[in-house]
Amino acid sequence: MKKNWPILVVDDEEVMCESMGAWLREDGYHVDTAPNGQKAIELAKSTDYAICFVDLKMPGGMDGIETMMEIHRHRKEASIIIITAYATVDTAIQAMKEGAQEYIVKPCNPQEISMLVARILKLKKLQSENAILRKKLNRQYRHYDIITKNPRMEEILALTQDVASLRSTVLIRGESGTGKELVARAVHFSGNRAEKPFIVVSCAALTETLLESELFGYEKGAFTGANGQAKGKFEQADGGTIFLDEIGDISPKLQADLLRVLQDRRFYRVGGNQEVEVDVRIIAATNKDLPEEVKQGRFREDLYYRLNVIEIRLPPLRERREDIPLLAEHFVQHISSALGRDVGGISAAALKVLIAHDWPGNVRELENVIERAIVTCRNGTLDEQDFSWLQRSAASAQNWEVPDVPLGELERRAIVAALERKHGNVKEASASLGIDRSTLYDKLKRYEIVH
Amino acid sequence: MNGLYLVAIGNVPANTLEWIENATTEWFPMPIRRLPPLPIPESAYDVKRGQYQSVEIMKMLVQHAPRDASRVLGVTDVDLAIPMLSFLFGQAQFDGPIAVVSLCRLHQEFYGLPPQESLLRERTVKEVLHELGHTFGLVHCSDPTCAMSLATHIELVDAKAEQYCARCGMQLVHRFAAREGQV
Repeated sequence: MKKNWPILVVDDEEVMCESMGAWLREDGYHVDTAPNGQKAIELAKSTDYAICFVDLKMPGGMDGIETMMEIHRHRKEASIIIITAYATVDTAIQAMKEGAQEYIVKPCNPQEISMLVARILKLKKLQSENAILRKKLNRQYRHYDIITKNPRMEEILALTQDVASLRSTVLIRGESGTGKELVARAVHFSGNRAEKPFIVVSCAALTETLLESELFGYEKGAFTGANGQAKGKFEQADGGTIFLDEIGDISPKLQADLLRVLQDRRFYRVGGNQEVEVDVRIIAATNKDLPEEVKQGRFREDLYYRLNVIEIRLPPLRERREDIPLLAEHFVQHISSALGRDVGGISAAALKVLIAHDWPGNVRELENVIERAIVTCRNGTLDEQDFSWLQRSAASAQNWEVPDVPLGELERRAIVAALERKHGNVKEASASLGIDRSTLYDKLKRYEIVH
Repeated sequence: MNGLYLVAIGNVPANTLEWIENATTEWFPMPIRRLPPLPIPESAYDVKRGQYQSVEIMKMLVQHAPRDASRVLGVTDVDLAIPMLSFLFGQAQFDGPIAVVSLCRLHQEFYGLPPQESLLRERTVKEVLHELGHTFGLVHCSDPTCAMSLATHIELVDAKAEQYCARCGMQLVHRFAAREGQV
């Protein structure tokens, strides 16, 4: 264990380095020595020292305090012990003020130094155990990549476990970016279908005919280009789960077809006359107000009740703000390692900015915002200024001069503007609008925007 | 076969080296030989502290090490120190050939008590085993009765036994086994 706590001795007197190094090595520590501050810093850049003994007075070049401060710049966690002779105790006290953890007046009693080293390392061990426990605790908040300590979300996660092994249909409702697909995955992968396929179909992304053949497959010659028989998503999901995202967007014909599948788990392939039977669990999701859609006659009431056997409503991020720090920390670790950036954390001030934001695009928006901050960040920690643009855009949003047009027209203009800004890139445009791609496709269709 | 050399530095009673010879024969499978006594190097004396810098004494031992020496153990009666520490019972080159033990603070007289030869013998053997253990790569042991436990005051020396604990002893045996033919 001691090898994990390397020690550095910095002293211009060779005999001091040698003898101190030898004494500590006898105790099993890995010890390096440096005759001056420059060499010490060079060593500290490559080795994560637990303790650095630094002589206060080193003639020429950097003195002990300068060396200490420079080591701290590279190794924040290193404990510095300033070594001093009796005459310079005042300066040693100054060193403590500058961040030295201890100072010792040489020569000191062997017991004193042995206890000092043991005490510092005990503290470090506790700190590292604490960090490990914290990480473990963070992991406890994670269920199939859903990170939360929000009571409502925890209830939802408990519900996903309870219903995981049932075949009952689940309807997940929530705004874009709240993690509907993650919850669907949690249900699937915690249950007895986990080994079987989990098939995702984004209903809003496809036209009615395409979606029909996508869902149910087709027979050879069913339509131009159907050169052979193809299995649809329902067949692919046999034994497993099919996740129908944006279910509120399907046409009346498909609603009828789907109702049949839900009732008896049977259907015909497009162009086929033989019934296909499947064992599929259906999880549907929507960001639409389905009861309202039913009332307006746009969604079949019988289908709604068939789908709505187990309902899960996901709260928007602004209603679970306590999760923002957890999520932010997770995204920082995840994205910085994926991008190969050395960004290790997020400052308290930055978190404050994130907590205050309203997150219309929910968790997905938070993820995008953190990715942008990591890409532009120049330090090892994301700070308030890395999110200043977020505050600006929120502020400018508040000062908007809103034209006197219907709400739909505003939305249409926002979509066109976003597409123009992103040169037609739907992925980027949807990210900047804080909605997912399927929702954007749906809106493009609805507003007849030629893209 | 390379051997362990014992050398008196300054004024060391003859029977002390006999104690050491007997104890080391028990633990180290190599010839135990003696070198002629050496004087205390003048450069080792620290006027301000009235003590002797052990690094200087070890340097002298390096110079006087015979070619066939596996280890050289110096024994002295003077008080040893290093710049950082106020005193040392002994010092060794970790996993190296040189070690030194001071008898100064092992005497009861040092603590104002009447002399007790048997106790001095026990303490000497313990410290010799400790420093030689370091030269064979042993680090401090957490068992307070093991010769390899760290003693920063005389009571801790007295708490040790005149032997290595089973774990340190086995480590030493493995060490010798690995070096068979080279010792």
